[in-house]
Amino acid sequence: MNLLLTLPLLIPLATATALLLSWRYRRAQRFLSVVGATALLGSSLGLLSSVWRHGIHVSQIGNWPAPFGITLVADLLSATMVVLAGLVGLVVVVYSLVSIDARRESFGYHWLLHILLMGVCGSFLTGDIFNLYVWFEVMLIASFVLMTLGGERAQLEGAIKYVTLNLMSSALFLAAIGILYGAVGTLNMADLARQLNTVSSPGLATTLAILFLISFGIKAAVFPFFTWLPASYHTPPVAISAIFAGLLTKVGVYALIRVFTLLFVQDVGYTHSVILVIAGLTMVTGVLGAAAQREVRRILSFHIVSQIGYMIMGLGLLTPMALAGSVFYLIHHIIVKTNLFLISGVMHRLRGTYLLAQLGGLYQAAPLLALLFLIPASSLAGIPPLSGFWAKFVLVRAGLESEQYVIVATALAVSLLTLFSMTKIWAEAFWKPSANNGQRTAAEPASLTLLLPIGALAGLTVLIGLVAEPVFVLSWRAAEQLMNPAQYTEAVLGKTR
Amino acid sequence: METLLALVIGGLYGAGLYLMMRRSMVKLILGLVLLGHAANLLIFTVSRLTRGQSPIVPPDQTTLVAPFADPVPQALVLTAIVIGFGVQAFAIVLLKRAHQVIGTDDLDQMNTTDT
Repeated sequence: MNLLLTLPLLIPLATATALLLSWRYRRAQRFLSVVGATALLGSSLGLLSSVWRHGIHVSQIGNWPAPFGITLVADLLSATMVVLAGLVGLVVVVYSLVSIDARRESFGYHWLLHILLMGVCGSFLTGDIFNLYVWFEVMLIASFVLMTLGGERAQLEGAIKYVTLNLMSSALFLAAIGILYGAVGTLNMADLARQLNTVSSPGLATTLAILFLISFGIKAAVFPFFTWLPASYHTPPVAISAIFAGLLTKVGVYALIRVFTLLFVQDVGYTHSVILVIAGLTMVTGVLGAAAQREVRRILSFHIVSQIGYMIMGLGLLTPMALAGSVFYLIHHIIVKTNLFLISGVMHRLRGTYLLAQLGGLYQAAPLLALLFLIPASSLAGIPPLSGFWAKFVLVRAGLESEQYVIVATALAVSLLTLFSMTKIWAEAFWKPSANNGQRTAAEPASLTLLLPIGALAGLTVLIGLVAEPVFVLSWRAAEQLMNPAQYTEAVLGKTR
Repeated sequence: METLLALVIGGLYGAGLYLMMRRSMVKLILGLVLLGHAANLLIFTVSRLTRGQSPIVPPDQTTLVAPFADPVPQALVLTAIVIGFGVQAFAIVLLKRAHQVIGTDDLDQMNTTDT
């Protein structure tokens, strides 16, 4: 048993249990929630540094040998994702100390948040495809309840679409797992990677690949399957939107990267060109949807879709450089998108609305907030020297190296349109004179507890931009591990056979 | 047996998808339930059906003797049933609450959060 590997699962579980026990004591709950999230971030950083130094970590739960028991694996990609989950968890917990109302807290908001974090970390760390399904469900059930917590009309309407599409995707995923087991006879991902090469009919492997592509694609909100996201992500309170925007779709992207670098690399010419086409269409449709919107959180929701395209693009190109770009983009995007949602929450507190037409004059009212908005917004659009520039730079260079000029042109054009919608928010909400002069609808000032998480994430964005080298080296090494599945299978199953 | 189950699974998928395409919330949830059952039966069927052979090691042996049912798909289906049960229970409560708040069963009228 490797303690570092199990801690990211045990800490949220222990925190959630402690929160259940202190259900009626609100102060204790808030305290425990912050402590739990900090501990999660700390342990995940420990895991990352240990994986960095000693290579892939493997732990067999219950000491059953590899293809039979339940395996936990952390390579650099998993460990990085767990760190990001811990970071977003801590930031959102601190932010929601002020922004979540007492009623939602008394209905178990913090408890659900930690269950969600446990599901997310479990999905990143599991080495078994059926366990991936189980962790997905843990995460989904917590997210369903978080989304409907409070029971407002818009939330319920959004939740119906969110729940239906995610249940469809789970049913597909389950069916795909069943067929996979029927064909290969194992569920351990490392073992699958070895056995799939021996499957007699290559058509079956490709069919399975497309089934997985669809079911993870729904969760990651890629091109034809993304409509549930903009219909639902803007309905719950902003702290919940922020953690969904930062983490949940990225779990889908992570699963896609894992499955399409480890398992389905037999028919790369077909599957990965499908992924590349989907990536391009996802970018374009997402950004066009965002351009048409007039409400801050809806613009941001559509931008999640468009940015998913960039991450999938690296996977479709399937070179070490491209995958490094995808990993870099994941790191950058989780930080930036969470931050933008958190800022939209402060804007809402200052003006009482998310509609661009009614916002205005925020630059005068809150210059610090304006600066804090400008950093992630320009990073999202890819302006140097912020983190988004480097992420896009690596992807574009990888695209040029593999001579996929269409996707590179799409990526660059979509960047411009992203800049357009970010300037739209900037001009309408911050620059233009205040619409209802003098009478602020919601006069609650932005407190330090709200600005602290935003400032921390903005600082990280600048830091990644200025000191891109270590982050790039991390992404590069993670990509090398992904490109070389033998490392993964050897770590899990050993060298024999 | 396989042929019969294949037909049943196809029928369940068809019926489930058809119900989900209707405008009623009640039919939506019934469709989701049918899809879940279809997926469970699919797992069971594709991993080879074995009749009347339990995966139990005989008393005088140390390993399983040849014609035995594979226990893994059974464990998978069992887990999937439990998870599906929980999620479907949640979905039913959600739809009931949505019906109370919105006051209609028609999915076409639940479009205020779209676009």
